[in-house]
Parts: sequence; C-alpha cells; structure tokens
Amino acid sequence: MSKRTLAMKREERSFWIFIAPWFIGFICFTGGPILISLLLSFTEYNVISSPKFTGISNYLLLFKDRLFYKSLSVTLYYTVLAVPFTILTSLVIAVLLNHRIKGQSLLRTLYYAPSIVSGVAVSFLWSWLLNPQFGVVNSVLYDCFGIQGPGWFTSSGTVVPSMVLMQLTASGSTMVIFLAALQSLPADLYEAASIEGASGFTKFRKITVPLISPVILFNTIIGMIGALQIFTEAYVITKGGPDWNSYFYVYYLFDTAFKQFRMGYASAQAWILFLLIFALTLVSLWGSKKYVHYEYDSK
Amino acid sequence: MKPKKSYNPGDMRPVNKVILYVLLYGGVLLFAFPLFWMLSTSLKTIAEIHRVPMTWFPGRLQWSNFRQIFIDAPLGRFLWNSVWYSAVTVAAVVFTSAMAAFAFARLRARGSLLLFGLVLSTMMIPSQVTLIPQYLLFTKLHWTGTYLPLVIPAFTASSFTIFLMRQFYLGISKELDEAVKIDGGGQFTMFFRILIPLSKPAFATAAILELISRWNDLFGPLIYLNDMNKYPVSLGLANFTAAYGATPWNLLMAASLVAILPLLLIFFFAQKYFIQGIVITGSKG
Repeated sequence: MSKRTLAMKREERSFWIFIAPWFIGFICFTGGPILISLLLSFTEYNVISSPKFTGISNYLLLFKDRLFYKSLSVTLYYTVLAVPFTILTSLVIAVLLNHRIKGQSLLRTLYYAPSIVSGVAVSFLWSWLLNPQFGVVNSVLYDCFGIQGPGWFTSSGTVVPSMVLMQLTASGSTMVIFLAALQSLPADLYEAASIEGASGFTKFRKITVPLISPVILFNTIIGMIGALQIFTEAYVITKGGPDWNSYFYVYYLFDTAFKQFRMGYASAQAWILFLLIFALTLVSLWGSKKYVHYEYDSK
Repeated sequence: MKPKKSYNPGDMRPVNKVILYVLLYGGVLLFAFPLFWMLSTSLKTIAEIHRVPMTWFPGRLQWSNFRQIFIDAPLGRFLWNSVWYSAVTVAAVVFTSAMAAFAFARLRARGSLLLFGLVLSTMMIPSQVTLIPQYLLFTKLHWTGTYLPLVIPAFTASSFTIFLMRQFYLGISKELDEAVKIDGGGQFTMFFRILIPLSKPAFATAAILELISRWNDLFGPLIYLNDMNKYPVSLGLANFTAAYGATPWNLLMAASLVAILPLLLIFFFAQKYFIQGIVITGSKG
C-alpha cells in the first residue's frame, strides 16, 4: 500500500466535511429509519405501549386483509391506466412540437405550465371541472350533445379514470424530457431514410422510437413509482370513495399509521410497497432489454 | 468533436402543416383550459356558477371574492407560512446538496464511490418506508406540531439534488481546480470561489424543482402540523371548505388560484430553469 501524502489526507478530511450534512441525514433520517421500519414491521406497536414482537404475523394478516387487496388493486388499476396514457400523450405532443413551427417555445411553455401546479389546488379544480351537476364538462356534454355525463369522481366505475384524466394535463414535464431527447437525435439517419423513401410514420417507428427508447423506459419507471404513491388527489377529492374505489395504497397506509396508530402494521405495508416498486422496476429494466437501445448516446 | 446536426423535420406538405398547427394549438387550449376555468369561476357569483345553461365568462367580475377568501380563512397566514417554509428548506437543501455533490464530483477519498452508491440507492426508496420511524423519532423529540420535522431534514441534503448537482459539476473543467491549487487555495476556496459562481444555473434549477415539491406537498404538513395558524397553503386550502356548508366553488377556485399563483409567477419569470431542470433529470436516465 502506498503511503498517503499530507495533501491526500487533507483532501479526504475535506471530503468528509463536505458530505457531513448528507451523511448525518442519511444515518438519522434515511438509513436508520429503514432498518427501524423493517424491525417495526415484525411488531405490534401503537406508540403508547412499547413494541411487541409478533414475528411475521403482520405480513400474514396483510395477505388476509381485504382492504389491503382492494387498495392494492385500485392503485395498480390507476397505475396501469395513468402511466401508458401519460407516456403516449406526452410523446405525441413532443413529436408534434419537434417540427419547425411558429411559436415552438411558447407552446412548450404552455404545455409545460399546468404540470408545475399539482396537489390540493389542482385537485379542487378538477373536482369542480368534473362536478356531475354543475361542472363544465358535463354541462358541455349536455348542452351541446344532449348527453347525460357520467358521475366522474362520484361514481365507482369512473373515479379512477377521472384521476387518470386529471393526471394527463400534467404530462408537460414528461413531454419536455421527450422533446429534449428528440432534439438531440442525429439528422443523418433520417436523411438516409428519406432517400430510401420511408414515410413519416415508418421513420417514427423504426428510427425515433428505438433511439429514444431509454428515455421512454426512464419515464415509464419514474411514472410508475409516482403513480403507485398517489395520495393527495384521493385525499382531497374523494376521501377514498366512492365505496373504497379510490382508496389507494398510500391512503390506507396513512390511515393505518396516523388514524389507527398501528405502526407495526403500517411498516409492513410500507415494506410491501417498497418491494413492489423494486420488483416492478427490475421487471421493467429486464423486460425491456430487448427493446431498449443504448447505441446512440446523446451526450 | 464535430458539431452534430440534430434532426428537425421541417419540410412538409401544406395540408400536413395545417393539421399540425390545429393539433398543437388545439391541444394547448385543452391543457390550459382548466386554469382558465379556475380564473373564470373565481370571478363569478355563486348564482352564476349554478346557472343553467352555464356561462363561459363572469357577467361582472367579482373581485370581492378575492377579498372574501382572506376574511373567511387566514389565507394570508397560510401563504406566509408557505413562503418562509419553502424559502428556508429550499436554501438548506440546495446548499447542503451542493456541498455533498462537490465532494462526490471533485474530492478523492476512500469509500467515496460506495457512499455515492448509497446516495443513488436511497433515491429509489419510497418515502413511506422511512416515514414511520421518522414520525416516531420526531414524536420522541416533541417536535410534532412544529415545523421542525419538516425543516430540519432539509439541512441534510437530498439524494436527488446531490445527483443533479454532481452531474453539473462533472461538466466543469478541472483545470480551474488546478489553478486554485497552484495559487495555494484549498478545497473550500475551490468550492466557494469557483464552483458556486459557475454553477448558478444548476442552483437555480435545483432550487426550482425543490420549490415545486415543497409548495405542493400536502403529506408532510398533514402529518406533523395540527395548529391551523401554522398551516402552509396546501394544508390550509385542503381545509378551506370546512368553514362552509355547501362548497362555494367560486370562493374555492379563488383560493386555489391564490395558492398556485406564486408558483405560476415564478415559473413565467424563470421558465428557462424549470425546463432545464426537467431535461437534466430526464436525459441522464
């Protein structure tokens, strides 16, 4: 082993000084809590009395818990709808915007703007837009087409699709990522394809999609992780209803932990969510291997 | 390195061009419509919003709605809470993350790669996993009911911001570091004199992304705060209708608009950094 010089020691000391805030936070607020959360998931703990070790009984209970399955299934239903629709909408807009058109940067701004506001205000806005009686959507449907609009957030069948629809107007941030990826694509391939007489759609399918496939994969994974953790919209608009049909996974976890104070059970729920996210991410990475191309690295 | 010509399909038939414009500008109307409707509703009377058939624009602009909401709820208080809370946490997260990012990008130390691996892996962990032990810790410390559980962790950086800033630092030439070293400066000089001034765009980008999530966040305040005077605007707004019987949609939309207005204003003045931030985080995947 080579002897370390004074300068190297000094550099190493600075390194630790610079990462100290992160490192302390990692121990206190991330790493430590992860371990404690795992331990808690094997206990019964109501905050007042001390935790009681119960082995894997929380997990066994979860697998028999009907509300667990209900919340898991509505969350997966939401994810399966929201992620592909968001990806598709934002990709289509990005591809259209990537043409030489007047007002390109203004359009980009306008498409992007709605996605920066989210949460409570937007949830109220959508619950008003889709209000079955006085909402603008149903009013237009009735006044212009004579159609009696659906109950949207107030009916079991349409509550999740309504949440997906609300999510679509936030596609702007995904769109911006796609647009950046599209703008870095090499022109020569497209020129070659044009000489061969390829149509616009063929070029899109055979050149664009393969070349931006890593970006599609990235957005899918990020979108999926976000969708699985949906909470605010349901908390503000539906309170999990009607009939538990928007009682998303994190909502159930929130109630378990902070309404019922069953910290052990809630920790087990959190770990199942973590494992689910981890597994789905691995599956996406592994399952997409055949379709994702990394040859054209645009750096 | 030869400059790469990027693909930009330009020449198309006029018919296609018309379709393109209709789709894009039509689409933008759909995307922007909800915000327009928020504004329109906020300026109507309660009778107008229940009128059949509905009207697209308010008859007379009811600016008094905006006065009313500040009387009905301590909206000014909520806004102030959000402003100082966001300002403190954003500054704290960005500065401490910049420090860590500098160390990971520039300083040699044993175990540095392993530690950066930890940063990356914590980015993947859903916050619900750490939520409960954090809550228990803050309860033990008697911090619940105050802003401490929301503010203190911000002083310990965020893995996502570290990642983002490190990407940026890696793009800054190391020759400047050498110049500092030759002049006898240490790592602190390097950080404060060179990297901070050069990475203003990265700071702005990171700050804006953090600001959006802090301003919109409901979950954290919902768990830790219980005194209405301490509510940030997200939580205050969520409880806004509690004071009324039937929902007064015009007032609710006015309050919602007030709640998102600061974010929208910042967006229109600094949109370059917003878009840059999204692009940096997305294209490195």
